[in-house]
Formats: sequence, structure tokens, C-alpha cells
Amino acid sequence: MINFQYLRTTTVKSAIALLVKDKNAKFLAGGTNLIDLMKRGVTAPEKLIDINHVPLKEIKQVGNKIYIGALTSNTAVADHALVKEKLPLLSWALQAGASAQLRNVATVGGNMMQRTRCGYFYDTEMPCNKRQPGTGCGAMEGFNRMHAIFGTSDQCIAVHPSDMCIALVALDAEVILANAKGERKIPFKEFHRLAGDTPQLDNNLKADEMITGLEIPINNLAKNYHYLKVRDRASYAFALVSVAAAFETVDNKIIDVRLAMGGVAHKPWRLTASELFLKGKEASLTNFEQAAQLAMKDAKGFGGNDFKLKLAPNTIIEALNLAKSKA
Amino acid sequence: MEKNMLKDENDRVDGFLKVTGKAKYFAEYELPGLTYGVLVTSTITKGKITSLDTKSAEKAPGVIAVISHLNKPSAAAYEQESGPQMKIFYTDKIFYNGQPIAIVVANTFERATYAASLVKATYANETFNTDFEKALKDPKAKKLQGQADYKRGEENAYKTAEVKLEERYFLPIETHNPMELHGIIADWRPNNQLTVYAKTQGVKATQGTIANVFKIPMENIQVNSEFVGGGFGMALRTWPLEIATVMASKHIGKPVKVVITRMQMFTMVGNRPAAIQTIGLGANKDGKLTGITHRAYGETSTYENFTEGVVNMAKFMYQCDNVNTSYVIVPVDLGVPIWMRGPGEATGAFALESAIDEMAHALDMDPLDFRIKNDPETDQQKNKPFSSKNIKEAYKIGADKIGWRNRKNKPGSLLEGPWQTGYGVSVGVFNANRGKASVKGILKADGSLLLQSATSDIGPGTGTGMTLIANKLMNIPVNKITFELGDSSLPPAPSQGGSATLSTVGSAVNDVCVALKSTIAELAANSNMDATSNFVDVLKKNNLPQIEITKESQSGKEKDSYSMYSFSIHFVQVKVNSLTGVVKINKIVSVGDSGTIVSPKTARSQMVGGAVGGIGMALTEESIIDHRYGRYINNNFADYHVPVNADVPEIDVNFINKPDPYINPMGAKGMGEIALIGFSAAVANAVFNATGKRIRTLPITPDKILA
Repeated sequence: MINFQYLRTTTVKSAIALLVKDKNAKFLAGGTNLIDLMKRGVTAPEKLIDINHVPLKEIKQVGNKIYIGALTSNTAVADHALVKEKLPLLSWALQAGASAQLRNVATVGGNMMQRTRCGYFYDTEMPCNKRQPGTGCGAMEGFNRMHAIFGTSDQCIAVHPSDMCIALVALDAEVILANAKGERKIPFKEFHRLAGDTPQLDNNLKADEMITGLEIPINNLAKNYHYLKVRDRASYAFALVSVAAAFETVDNKIIDVRLAMGGVAHKPWRLTASELFLKGKEASLTNFEQAAQLAMKDAKGFGGNDFKLKLAPNTIIEALNLAKSKA
Repeated sequence: MEKNMLKDENDRVDGFLKVTGKAKYFAEYELPGLTYGVLVTSTITKGKITSLDTKSAEKAPGVIAVISHLNKPSAAAYEQESGPQMKIFYTDKIFYNGQPIAIVVANTFERATYAASLVKATYANETFNTDFEKALKDPKAKKLQGQADYKRGEENAYKTAEVKLEERYFLPIETHNPMELHGIIADWRPNNQLTVYAKTQGVKATQGTIANVFKIPMENIQVNSEFVGGGFGMALRTWPLEIATVMASKHIGKPVKVVITRMQMFTMVGNRPAAIQTIGLGANKDGKLTGITHRAYGETSTYENFTEGVVNMAKFMYQCDNVNTSYVIVPVDLGVPIWMRGPGEATGAFALESAIDEMAHALDMDPLDFRIKNDPETDQQKNKPFSSKNIKEAYKIGADKIGWRNRKNKPGSLLEGPWQTGYGVSVGVFNANRGKASVKGILKADGSLLLQSATSDIGPGTGTGMTLIANKLMNIPVNKITFELGDSSLPPAPSQGGSATLSTVGSAVNDVCVALKSTIAELAANSNMDATSNFVDVLKKNNLPQIEITKESQSGKEKDSYSMYSFSIHFVQVKVNSLTGVVKINKIVSVGDSGTIVSPKTARSQMVGGAVGGIGMALTEESIIDHRYGRYINNNFADYHVPVNADVPEIDVNFINKPDPYINPMGAKGMGEIALIGFSAAVANAVFNATGKRIRTLPITPDKILA
């Protein structure tokens, strides 16, 4: 193995201080992705700053929002009474991810920071602009069955692999970021990036910043919701396509609706046009079908993933149907 | 073994050791001075190594040696021209991407891993092809006959039949991926004495291969492999990586351990080769088959040929006067394949049993009725009676249990929202083999029986089966019987493969027990004791602490008179989501027709494991290569999908459990392979019944349902 220094800290302040000192330092939380990347030679941090003892594991209601600490485990969030009651969509999405063992150690912040599962990214003998800018994209004309159909660039067609983040973008979460000077909050949908000309960057976290938590507004979406993940086996597989769907109806009219997709883009993909269309309309199959068609504007396949052009709208329809039948 | 934990006599004898972590696998042996080897692999697909820079690796902390074709120790067989093409470290040729080109040995695994990353090779590249379909289409690409063409009656008779079909089926590469990673510990000591702790399906085979490569006497080599964490065929040979480890130990004079990575499991220990098959079937309007043509093309490597029994089943499974088969292997620039559970027969059964279902549909017949109508009374290929065959009874049991009566012959008839329900059936068949094995039995005055044979247990429960055979014959309680295996110094037995262990070694256990009983009876008679006296009393009366008998056992003339096969019927009920393309197997009923069931619990486990492997073959497993680079894309457990618990429904296992009168004294036929053979076709047939979509390319993933 390549040697690295292991440091452990117990406060946000000292964690950030250690981070800014060394640009080859990385935070270590659950390590479920980072350690794999180190083993495969994709990344080789000189310092690992273990932040597991930083007290950021709280889940609580603050006013009309739910606060979740960045170091809360995926299991703790999914099983928390407040989350299950007020934000069941998030709980469902989390449970669709990884395996029980991984969820027990994987954290909220780590989940947001996980990197793509593109095979070319992981194999250091293959070209990958994300791993090594300028080497080309192996997937573009190679094996791209798992890859993006929205927002791709000529540099990278990788997808963001998270399930949790799909629910969070749908729920209008905010991310709390801290640096040495203080905190800032950004909307969740602005946290992750499209690949563009900088495929090496997955998100807008700055080099001196640390994710400390999330805030999620409480909504009326706890009745009609569904997280539908279509994958190659029933558990422990990344999404071919996943859909987070939730809506609120009054007199059979949709007054609030959230739709987001996973497995289709370099970032969690919110379906704004479909939401706009559904608002004020009846929760009917015809409307769901039209909303699904609207979501597919500008979708583009790369051969191996062409099936997603059909699977994605179908999954939107099925997720909305299941959300509707839940009431 | 902690026999006191056995709850009933049918329990797995080593179950307690396995679930408590006390069973010791090869990688867990700590030898004094143990060192750790890591293999450096080629990053090109074809060509020659032009230079190998090992300097920085050699200087890295903890490194003891870097061994390659530049400095390898002598392996006598590799000095000669003949022998295998892939003479590890005796060649600078690269045959495939991921081929081992050097081994780095260090005092820790981590240090060896790091140093291995410092070895730099340069290559002279040659053009290559890893794409089997491309090779098949290329008229200039090499093709070799894999098995003699077979013809009975008229060739291609299906073409002139009243009802005919001709379809093409594709099976991708599958990788065995047992939980336990492959590897070996080799300890080469002075005077050419060698001890190895191996992961092998045959300790005698490992011993023989190493003896042959290094030209040292068999008796100088001790091979230990008491527990194996799954093999599925990949441990049926001694791989170049194992020879490399022995070389490393010979070179440094210390024990060396190698455990390969999950990624290397895709390139160093074989796979189920991809196959393209065409089946032509002809039938008359009454539903009698009039012609079967099965043509198969299998993938192989450029440096070694691999063949298997892909087209065997077509020759005898159905009553048909006109049958012809051909099997051609096509070399590509990949590592050589090896048998994977069910081997070629599982590949062939997917095509044949899918086509049979297609023909039943074309005839508008229930596929079960169609099979029964064409069930042969005798083996038309060998022109012999079957030693035993209870297929019709098996069909009936399975059909009742799955609820076949609820099936509609018209596809797409059973709907519930987006979910479509379907039922499928298929047949599996495999040679009921019996080889030659020796077993030593030691009957002791303390009331115990020790049995020994150099056989293996890769999971089926060899020791349990053997113990139960002895238990029935000797009337000795199972907790007083010990069966030792996985040690090359024990009486010889063949490798564990081809579903033959219970039949082969079990017969020798039988013969030893019979001999022990008659010796005891003789002793009793000579000492004026009652013929029914307990053996403990007889031994004591004769002042004997123990008696010891070794017997070799093998099949006799019965083999020439009868056609011997094990059969299985698989029924599945699936639900298919027409919107998302997800296939969910709802229920499985498997019926085994393999003679007497000697060990009911482990036999059931075999059938369950076979069904799980069958789900993988049908729905999830595929090793994917980027043919531009010749490298695997999904070589890890996240992306190569073996079925998980959530994919596996209730599996209802049934056995006919009627003794075969001829095969062996137990009347028991092997069943490891039949547990999987045919299963994937049952799923594909059920998917067709659910949706009307015929998927002829495995695995059946959501994209194929939506296409």
C-alpha cells in the first residue's frame, strides 16, 4: 500500500484547520467509497483526517425544518422516527442504497461525496477524464449501459451513484458548509455539478470547506410518495434508473409535486418541467404519462444506455402510480 | 470435529466448524517465516514484454524478491519445447490482458502490493481480438472442432418438417466468483521437499501437476486442502499463479502465500466461456419431434484449447430419429476458460430447452405435454436402456407443486397492474459418473470408525455423505465416524468434479465397510463369539486395538450395459414488470431424479445452490469486456451481479429418491450439476409465458425486456 498519515480530530474547527494545511489531505468518514478508491489506485491522499468523532450525528426538528448532522449514518437517518414520519421519501431512498452493512457505516456527508461507479474511472489502465483530465472518456464509445442520458458533456458521461441524494434534491434540502470563517448554506440542487469541461469535479464544495449538515423543510409529501429503483438485481446494485416521486393533493388536484431521477446524470436530476406540468392537475395516469414525456426532453443515449430513454419515462410513471396508490 | 454439536444424524458434519470460524482455509495457515506474494499483470492484450524494470520494486520496503521470466528458478518441464504454451515466467509472450508477468514477494501483503505497482513493463503490442462474435464472423479467424460431429438418421431433418424452427442463442462469459479468493501457500524446503496449502478440488491433481512441472517425485509433495470456500469448477486445475508461487518459494527458500484479488479472479482462474448456439427443431403436427440440429460455438483461448459438453443433451434427451450436432471452438485473446458448474451441459440446455419451449408454443401445446410426448424409453444415442429414469414422475410432482394448472398457454394472459405472471419448465441432465477411488477404514476398539481418502469438499458436504453411508452400513452412530479428506497422503481419489464424488468415493466407503464387517464376522467366528456381536467386543476379545482395511473401488460391466444419467426438472413462476422490465422469480420448484438420496440435508443444499447459480445465469451474471482494450469492465462484486438474498424466493426441493439398480452399491447418482443445468431456460420460458417476449440472450436484464 501507499503510506498515508492518519489523523483523528473531534471538532469541526480542528478538522477544517487540518484540511487547509495540506491540499493532499482528505476527510475520512465511513470510508465505504474512499478506501475502495485508494485500493484501486484512483486516489492516494497523503493524509486521512478521521472525522468520525466530530459530533455531527444529530437529527432534530428546528422550526419547520429537519436538521441532519453530516456524520449521521445512512442507517440512523433511514430508521429515525422523525425522518420516517415527516420525510419518508428520504428513508425509502436510503434503504434502496447499498447493503445493510454499508449503510451502517456510510454517512450522509460521505454519501454526497461518493464518486461515480463508472468502470473506466476505477481502472487506472483505461482512459478517464474524470480520473485523469485529458486522457479521454472510455465510456463514450465503450461500455456505457450504466451511463448518463441527461446533461452529458463531450468529456464525461458518468452518473452520480447515490440514492439518498435523489430524495434530497426532490425535498429541496439545503447543505450546510463550514470553513474557518463560518458557515454558508446552499440549495442541495446546487451542490453537485454537471461534468462540463471539468469532469474531475463532482460538486461545488470548496477546498477549505466541510459538509456539516443538512436542513430539509417539512412538507406535506409524507402521504403520496415512492422511491422506485430499477436495477439489475433486487438489492445491492446501482440504479439503472431511479425515481423519487412525491405529491400532495387537495380535492384530487396536485398542489405540490416533486420528481427527481437517479442513474441518468452526473448529478441528481430534478424534473422541474414535469413538476410544473403536474401542478394543479389531477393525479391521473394520462397526466403522469405526459409528465414523463416532458422529463425526457434533451435526453440522449450513447448506445449501451439507449434503453434508458424508454426505461426512464416508464419508471417515472410507475413511481407516480405507486405514490398515488400509497394513500 | 465437534460432533457433539450435531442435532440430528443428517447434519453437516463440519457445519459447526464452518459457522464458528474454526474451519481452516488455505490462506489461514501461518507458517514460520511466511512471506507474501503479489502478482504483477500485463496491461496489454497481446504481444511481447520488451523490458521489465523491477529496480524500484526491489528497493521498496520489505521486498524480498521480484521473480519474472528474467530470473525464474528452474521448472524442468518448462525448459522443454513440449508442454503448455503458457509457461509462466518462461515466456515473454503476452496472451491476454491481466496475464501474470512477475511476482513480488515481501514481508507483508501491503508492502508486496505496493511494490508490485512499481514494476514497469514495456511491450511490443500486436493486434488482438477478444470479441468472440467478431472472431466467429471473421472467415480468417481460426476455428477448431471441439467435438466430433454427430449424426443419427438424416442431417438437418428439421428443415423439411411440418412445423420447424431455427433460433440462435447467446450466453456471455460467466465468472465463477466463489466467495473464497483463489491462491496457495507454497513452502519449498531443502532436498526438493514441498508442502502446499491449496484451494483445490483435487489434492492429488495439484500434487501431480506440481510434480510434473518441477520434475520432482510425487511423494516429495504434500498438498493440504481440508476446507474450500466454494469452487464451482475453477479449482479443477493448478493455475499458472500457483506454479508462480511455488517458483517464488523455491527461489527465496521461504514459504510464500498468494491470495489473488477479486479483479484477478476474472483473469487468472478461468470462466464459463461465451457460447453461440443455433438449434433447429422439426416436429409433425401431432407434436412428435422429427429433427433436432444443435450447432454450438464456444470461446477458447489462443494458447490452450478448452472444450465441454455443450451439445451432449440433444443426442439422447428426446425421442427423435434424426439428430445432428456440431461443436466448434473459437480462440480469442483471453485467459483459458474452465468448467463452471453444470459446465457445457448448462450452456447447451439453455438453448435446447428454450427451443423445446418455442416448439411447444409453435404447436400450441403445453410445453410439459410436449416434453412428455417426446420422452424416450431408451437412449437412442447409445442404443441402451437407461439404468433408471423417473422423469414423468418428476414432471408430475413439480407441476403439482408450482401450480402448473394455473398457467395459461397463451403468453401474457396473467396480469395484475404492470406485473405479468408466467410459468416455465425445463429439464437438466448430466452423466451419472463413477470413477476409481480408494478409502482406508480404521475400526477401533473405542467404538469409532475413521475413514480416509484424498478426496475434496468444495461445499457439497463430502464428509457428511460418506459418514452417512458408513453409518447405515455399520450401524455406528455418526458422532463416532470421522471422514478425513483434503490431504494428498491419504489413499487416492479423483478431483471433485462432474458430480462424481458421492458415487466414486462413496462406493469405496461402501466396500471398506463391507470388508470391515466381514473381517469382524470372521474374528467373531474364530473366537467363538456370536456372529452378531458388537465389533468393540470382538476387537477386545481378540486384543486388537483396531483393524485397518484399504479398498479401491470402481465401476464394472454395468457401465457397458446401461446409459446412466441424473435428471432434474426445474419449474419457476416469474413476475415481470412491463414498465420497468424487472423480472422477479416468485417461486421455484426443483425435482431431482438422481437415485437414492444418501444425505438429505446436503442434497437439498446442492439443489438450492444450483437454483441460485441458475438465477445468476438467467438474470444477472455477465462478465463484460471492453474489446478495444481487452480488459474487463465489471470485475468486482458491485458490478458483476451474483444473486443476492432478495433475488432468491422460496425454493421447493423434491427428490424422487429411488435407488438406481446398477450405478453403485448405494444406488445414488450425482446431483451437483443437475441442480443448475436447465434452470436458466426455465426462467426464459417463464418470461416468455408472462410477456410473449422470447429472450435468447442471457442474462435477462430489464433492458432486454423493454427492447
